[in-house]
Amino acid sequence: MSFEGVDFYLMDEMLSEEERAVRDMVRDWVDSEVMPIINEAYIGRTFPRSLIPQMGELGFYGANLPEEYGCAGLNNVAYGLIMQELERGDSGLRSFVSVQGALVMYPIYEFGSEQQRKKWLPKLANGESIGCFGLTEPDFGSNPGGMLTRAVKDGDEWVLNGAKMWITNGSAADVAIIWAKTGEIDDVGSIRGFIVETDRAGFSARDQKGKLSLLASDTSELVLQDVRIPDANLLPESGGLKSPLKCLTQARYGIAWGGVGAAMACYCEALDYAKNRVQFDNKPIGATQLQQVRLANMLTEITKAQLLVLRLGRMKDAGTMTPFQVSLAKRNNVDMACECAREARRLLGANGILVEYQSMRHMANLESVYTYEGTHDIHGLILGQTVTGHAAY
Amino acid sequence: MNSIVCVKRVPDSEARVTIGSDGRSIDPSGVKFVMNPYDEYALEQALLLKEQAGEGRVTVMTLGPDAARDTLRSALAMGADDAVLLRAEPPPDGLVVARALSDAIRGREFDLVLFGKQAIDDDNMQVPAMVAELLELPCATVITAFQLHGRIATVRREVEGGHEVVELELPAVIAAQKGLTKPRHPTVKGIMMAKKKPLEEIDVELAPSGFEWLDLSLPPERPAARIVGEGSEAVPELVRLLRDEAKVL
Ligand SMILES: Cc1cc2nc3c(=O)[nH]c(=O)nc-3n(C[C@H](O)[C@H](O)[C@H](O)COP(=O)(O)OP(=O)(O)OC[C@H]3O[C@@H](n4cnc5c(N)ncnc54)[C@H](O)[C@@H]3O)c2cc1C
Repeated sequence: MSFEGVDFYLMDEMLSEEERAVRDMVRDWVDSEVMPIINEAYIGRTFPRSLIPQMGELGFYGANLPEEYGCAGLNNVAYGLIMQELERGDSGLRSFVSVQGALVMYPIYEFGSEQQRKKWLPKLANGESIGCFGLTEPDFGSNPGGMLTRAVKDGDEWVLNGAKMWITNGSAADVAIIWAKTGEIDDVGSIRGFIVETDRAGFSARDQKGKLSLLASDTSELVLQDVRIPDANLLPESGGLKSPLKCLTQARYGIAWGGVGAAMACYCEALDYAKNRVQFDNKPIGATQLQQVRLANMLTEITKAQLLVLRLGRMKDAGTMTPFQVSLAKRNNVDMACECAREARRLLGANGILVEYQSMRHMANLESVYTYEGTHDIHGLILGQTVTGHAAY
Repeated sequence: MNSIVCVKRVPDSEARVTIGSDGRSIDPSGVKFVMNPYDEYALEQALLLKEQAGEGRVTVMTLGPDAARDTLRSALAMGADDAVLLRAEPPPDGLVVARALSDAIRGREFDLVLFGKQAIDDDNMQVPAMVAELLELPCATVITAFQLHGRIATVRREVEGGHEVVELELPAVIAAQKGLTKPRHPTVKGIMMAKKKPLEEIDVELAPSGFEWLDLSLPPERPAARIVGEGSEAVPELVRLLRDEAKVL
């Protein structure tokens, strides 16, 4: 069965021919290449690495960055649709592509020198190199400005020391974008970004054990012990906490689209199940009021979330999107996806706990998505501050 | 190596088709249309041949309505170089289609004309052989393997209960069976480039046809499945039903 998505408000009419074509291509690709292997990858707790070159070939990495660096040069709606369709497959897959594009390629593009862009972007775009983004630390998650990782200048080299935690792609990466303080430990303005090749002496990565969410994704702890890198690896235009936050805005934008994808997967599965599962009096459970309202709620929330991201994408393309609008969309759409996944899982009864069905996999995955890239709470606080003018975090 | 790949816009095999109010046509509303899957194998073969040769063009051609432009665009996104839309409502008569296609193909430079072995909408399997005949070219249909040595193509055909291997001299016409190739997904860049590639549109006057669609009907609903038991105990009953009721044993 191929996936048909949800389009109750005929939003396809608001997409261009190319946007639809990109969406359909990724949808078909997920059907044929991801769905047959994702359950095994998930149960086996491995990221399906065989997909990495394919995704590069198809142009998924940094797809909204310019063609001159080997990227696809898509607009942000088409880019968002890629994220949506990938997350329909699995949040781990979308996470991989988000990190590669929005958190590794974007900072090199935005804060890097022309030389750095030319050196790194083409091989990150085709998947020859894999990247990761090290901001979070064991004691600094929601408050990354408190980070302890330091970079000290020594001649024409930088010496990095510190530990990063919860780093997606950490153990698979060839290159890490590491955020570190170059000044005093309370000087948030001294945060800079560094390109750190992971084969440098003193760099190590260890997989996080015992995860119950996002199993088809590598999450690692990075340790940097006197890692020496040349000055040429400093991202010259980065400066202050606002630089990593700008990257997060890019990634959160894609996550807001991704939430729609995961929710659609769960809704479609639940709808299909409701039509076919018969209990009591030979009636499908979809003929009961209770399950109909459950499905109606999911459909309503998905439709609202779709309108939200499409508008957000058009604003991003017009250059009028604010980070606060992204906070609203990430917060709403991921929460919405969590709810849909949970409701779908419940509608499926006992089958809902099996890996053969998707909803519980999405449900478990989305707990990570709810927490990373700014927790649901923190985005609420960002919005609260935006409307009241009082920072409460 | 220049190829012309003829493709058709057909309802998706998973689409739930309903019959129009005239009783003789498919109601297109809400139906997803795609490139005929067998044509995708043919297109992939043409793209591979061009890549192996390192030169040449792949032209995709369709006879269809305006909406068939989408089918051509998806072929261009996969890597075809240019496209030709012969604008007309495709008639049910394979010979009329074959005449229009061969008229459009004649006069173009090509080494190979490729088709899918059949269109999954009307399943007639007529057009490839008819086009070959009209162009007076050798033809092999239902092919599962294709190899080229100079101007000689060696192809493997599926025949009843086995296969046969035949040689054709180019230019030739072939029609692809499933398994000939694994069609590629278009890339994001391919999709973006597709709209910049040439798409020629020609209004065609179709030859008169002695063929008319009188009636279309859906296959009878399949009866609900029955579970006759579990494990090895169920086998005798299953065998009995297959023999006596379904009459397939
Ligand atoms: C699977 C996974 C992948 C990840 N990948 C990456 C990555 O690639 N790179 C990277 O740098 N990081 C990554 N992270 C880290 C992620 O961004 C952090 O986990 C997140 O920012 C939350 O930080 P924390 O876990 O330390 O929670 P904490 O900040 O300790 O929060 C704990 C709880 O307290 C709440 N809270 C915190 N502060 C306040 C406040 N002021 N007021 C009210 N409530 C508050 C939070 O909402 C949360 O409920 C990843 C995390 C996960 C789970």
